[in-house]
Amino acid sequence: MGESAITVKNLTRRFGDFTAVNNINFEVEKGEIFGFLGANGAGKSTTIRMLCGILSSTSGTAEVGGYDINEEPEMVKKHIGYMSQKFSLYEDLTAAQNIEFYAGVYGLENSHFDERYRWVIDMAGLSGREHSLTGELPGGWKQRLALGCAILHEPEIVFLDEPTGGVDPISRRGFWDLINDLSDKGHTIFVTTHYLDEAEYCNTIMLIHAGNIVAGGSPQELKTDYIEYSMYELECDNVIDAMESLRTKNWVEDVSVFGTSLHIGTNEEEAERKVREELSDAGIEVRRFERIIPSLEDVFVHLVQEDKRISR
Amino acid sequence: MNKLFKKLKPIVKKEFRQVIRDRRTLAVLLFIPAFLITMFGYALNFDVKHIIMAVYDEDNSKLSREYARSFIHTEYFDLYGYLNDRDQIDNLMGNEVIQVALVIPHDFSNYLIAGKESKVQVIIDGANSNTATTVNGYVEAFTGDFSQKIMLKTFLKTGSKAAVMPIDFRPRIWFNPELKSAKFLIPGLIGFILMITAVVSTALSIVREKERNTIEQILVSPVNPLELVIGKVVPYILISLIAAAAVLLVGNILFDVVVNGSYLLLLLVTLIFLVACLGLGILISTAAETQQTAFMMATMITVLPTFILSGFVFPIRNMPEIIQAITYLVPARYYLVALRAIILKGVGITAFWDQILYLIAFGGLVLSVSIVRLRKWGL
Repeated sequence: MGESAITVKNLTRRFGDFTAVNNINFEVEKGEIFGFLGANGAGKSTTIRMLCGILSSTSGTAEVGGYDINEEPEMVKKHIGYMSQKFSLYEDLTAAQNIEFYAGVYGLENSHFDERYRWVIDMAGLSGREHSLTGELPGGWKQRLALGCAILHEPEIVFLDEPTGGVDPISRRGFWDLINDLSDKGHTIFVTTHYLDEAEYCNTIMLIHAGNIVAGGSPQELKTDYIEYSMYELECDNVIDAMESLRTKNWVEDVSVFGTSLHIGTNEEEAERKVREELSDAGIEVRRFERIIPSLEDVFVHLVQEDKRISR
Repeated sequence: MNKLFKKLKPIVKKEFRQVIRDRRTLAVLLFIPAFLITMFGYALNFDVKHIIMAVYDEDNSKLSREYARSFIHTEYFDLYGYLNDRDQIDNLMGNEVIQVALVIPHDFSNYLIAGKESKVQVIIDGANSNTATTVNGYVEAFTGDFSQKIMLKTFLKTGSKAAVMPIDFRPRIWFNPELKSAKFLIPGLIGFILMITAVVSTALSIVREKERNTIEQILVSPVNPLELVIGKVVPYILISLIAAAAVLLVGNILFDVVVNGSYLLLLLVTLIFLVACLGLGILISTAAETQQTAFMMATMITVLPTFILSGFVFPIRNMPEIIQAITYLVPARYYLVALRAIILKGVGITAFWDQILYLIAFGGLVLSVSIVRLRKWGL
């Protein structure tokens, strides 16, 4: 185990009667890509806001880059970079002017500025477009410029809040290459995302649901540790009816719809035969049935359902 | 201090770039004040002159005509004409053709020559009470003058030696000798215009950051609220000062308003006032979520209160006590006193230092409250 960049201890945040973040604990190692996952309203943003030093905790604490978020939020801010979910650079300034502004705000020395400026322009692929208005740049460029401005001052820890929302798949891929480069250079990356395929790129994943951490570990660990049964995928007509008729069976641990197919979790040895029997009784023809390696999506659907069942 | 300045510079620079980029707003900020002063300067005129007067002279003697002429030969009254019928007055005044009618009875000159008191009737259109009061004053003054002349003549005729008036009344009006309303109004207008532009522009500039989400990135940066506020306010102070200078220039060219006092003092007082206004703008921006709400709040807080409660048009002294108490919340109230003192009277700071203290207190209070509120966002 390496040194930790972020240490969260019993962190809690309440808004009135509502507990947004409930007594969470975790550590983020230096240089890793840490994926923080959860649905909207699960407590992701509240956690990020606390870790960035712009929201104080109700109880518990966290150390970010060695600074306490409640005691020294100013020091925390100096050592982190943050890229918000919604684009938050000045659209009425040029790309160059935005870079210059953030360089000033983070107190970059003049000598250092030129080098960092070139770096951001190259990284974002903005050569020749430095003097275009930021608002007129295409989505992918805007997003890379935002990342550039967030890490202009070479922070040890970078927070990326849903960085690839609303960006086309190719730009998303390119963006993750950038994130990997940063991680290789020793930056710690704390990223939230909706896309579970992106979560596969992370070294560690933490799942938050209704303010509670429900699971954590490497993508591999999550797939093997949390699902204690085999996963099957089947294709048939009427997936909803099929799910309804399988759900009530005691040998079925988990069943959920994935697009036009169904994922079934069970420990039953003769799963295929039993499923086919069950569904043909219901008048549904199974076109394809095969065993699959559970994806992160399977894991999350399972964990969230489990958590709901427990809290009920 | 050096450290503070370091972060201030990029903020000021950025703000300037945004203001310059937004040409339309910049033009509005710079030129609307000068335009407003031209409009207001001509339209807001309380001087009463060229009142249209009809004369119904039943006497039609040398004396009665002389009396009527004593009005008409001034710039205050214009003659509509001599009427033949008393009933015409009703019609003319009802249709707003004339504002005043002078009725001279048939025995006017006979009585005067006989040394007896004669009565005249003056009918004034009271629909506009301010004008009516002024017209009434003019008629009294001219009639008084005329009476004096008759009296002197009578004295001379009877051979009295003491043909001297007991009191020789020679009024002199200071600071605005021609009693032009423009001179009184222009300092008020400067305050009025600065207040609106300063409050509205700051409120909008901060709310814009919220609306466009750019505040997010500032919040997580090491910028503190004081730096952000000062950095945002500096460009608007400069623009407001330029606008104020433009207003003074237009006031000078069109309405002959000159600054009698010290320009330095004027600048100082204006700066203090602007800081208070900008503080108010920031306070609004911490409460409003959209530029539209901010604009509404800003105009509501500035336009009417400044127009009505600052002493710009209506004297505070004449207001009921409760309303007078409310006027203490209107920063323009203090500024106007100082501004009129400097521009019209040319006096020094000793004449209005208390007003400056009030302004500083007001500005300090508003700014502290807004910084506390900004802190709540996590700045």
